[in-house]
Amino acid sequence: MRDVAIASFAQTKYVRNQIHETEVDMLIPITREAIERSGIPKPEIGFTCHGSSDYMAGQSFAFVGAVDALGAFPPIAESHVEMDGAWALYEAWVKIQCGEVDSALVFGFGRASMGKLRETMNLQLDPYTMGPLGLDAISMAALQARALLDAGKISEEQMAEIAVRNRRVAKDNPVAQVTGDFEVAKLLAEPYIVSPLRKHDCPPISDGVSAVVLAAGDAIGRGDSKPVFIRGIDHRIDSHQLGSRDLTVSPSTKLAGEKAGVHAGPVEFAELHAPFSHQEPILCEALGLEEGVLINPSGGALAANPMMTAGLTRIGEAASHIAAGRAGRGIAHATSGPCLQQNLVCVLEGE
Amino acid sequence: MADELLSAPHVLEYDYRRSLGDTLSRFFTGLRDREILGVKTKAGRVLVPPAEYDPETGEATTEDWSAVGPEGVVKSWAWVAEPLGRHPLDRPFAFALIQLDGADTALTHVVDTGDESAMQTGMRVTAKWADETVGAIRDIVAFVPTPGGGSA
Repeated sequence: MRDVAIASFAQTKYVRNQIHETEVDMLIPITREAIERSGIPKPEIGFTCHGSSDYMAGQSFAFVGAVDALGAFPPIAESHVEMDGAWALYEAWVKIQCGEVDSALVFGFGRASMGKLRETMNLQLDPYTMGPLGLDAISMAALQARALLDAGKISEEQMAEIAVRNRRVAKDNPVAQVTGDFEVAKLLAEPYIVSPLRKHDCPPISDGVSAVVLAAGDAIGRGDSKPVFIRGIDHRIDSHQLGSRDLTVSPSTKLAGEKAGVHAGPVEFAELHAPFSHQEPILCEALGLEEGVLINPSGGALAANPMMTAGLTRIGEAASHIAAGRAGRGIAHATSGPCLQQNLVCVLEGE
Repeated sequence: MADELLSAPHVLEYDYRRSLGDTLSRFFTGLRDREILGVKTKAGRVLVPPAEYDPETGEATTEDWSAVGPEGVVKSWAWVAEPLGRHPLDRPFAFALIQLDGADTALTHVVDTGDESAMQTGMRVTAKWADETVGAIRDIVAFVPTPGGGSA
């Protein structure tokens, strides 16, 4: 395996409704910042891959427009995944492992505010047995939360505590969207959106973009921050049928974590893509994270959840945490699909 | 005649039909006939909705089909107090995972009780059929509490 490093990370501030800038407007400064900070001249970057969803833009092939942000002349080698940018990073990592290129620009973007995100997410479902029921993102998450509550694996109070902790930590994250000091008792007095989920259990709707530059070989170590190495990365999937899964556990996260080598060294912290409060303990259990492991130093997806790049942002935030010298080794996780259907685990380590 | 404008209707849509394939065709044909069918995996588990492959092992499922339900047990539920436009009912209802009698997995569907206080994990429910069935998941309008059904 080649050593592949995260050379740089850049992201917008996440906001509820970015009405002043298009996706391309947001991408131009962020991709430029990531490239400049990587120290790799733009013409030398061997591959570009990004993640986004045309369903959010409401237009087929909308992702092609993102290439406008790059200035694709002279021609570039470019690819796209209709998934979170974390999976675009995986594709770029594979391409680097194959020896085809030594560097890659990876980004993801989402402007969920343009539609009704909760209902747009219905379009990712199987169009025969689930889609026609009108299932929405919050209702599906609520089915999972109820299963956990019934199993005695969590309480509504603990769910509120998770939201409070993430949003308190996010006060130190200048790009986070929902931050502050909240009181559990006051949150529990709020009404349900879809029982048993209240507003604080759900992620904010966020507009924003993030970008990472990967480097291998001679491309490593040219940037303005210390390289952070990807020691393992793997992604796995569970059935799309919610009723054929035990929603209180995440076998795909567990398997991805094992394949990525999470416990081949000490886990000092984890950036987990848990959009809903009750999903954090499911992931901690699946990854075998013990008490005392720092969870989400960035505030996680409950503080900002830019659809289609919140997972890539977890990887970028984890790399930044290590590059800043605050930890030596940690993990980042990304999820996709309803009720943690598909999961990616990335093990990161400093020099 | 010269001032007569010609016109033609224009409907902008993706006008295509999907083929369901062998497995889901059989399931939806069953629903049209007011019967809920499951398929057995090689390990003997009955999957409802049926799948071509066992999600546990990836092995092809068998040709062994069986009727399940129409009664079953609510395994989990989510109460929608304020229905949205795409939702199947225009009054408060529950989305639920329902394990039908004779099945080993749960069907995602809708439970119509009118009030959240009537919902309970483990409650028994029965399929309520549409007046006209067409071979679609909404041939079952909703599941309703089984009279005298109690809880599992």
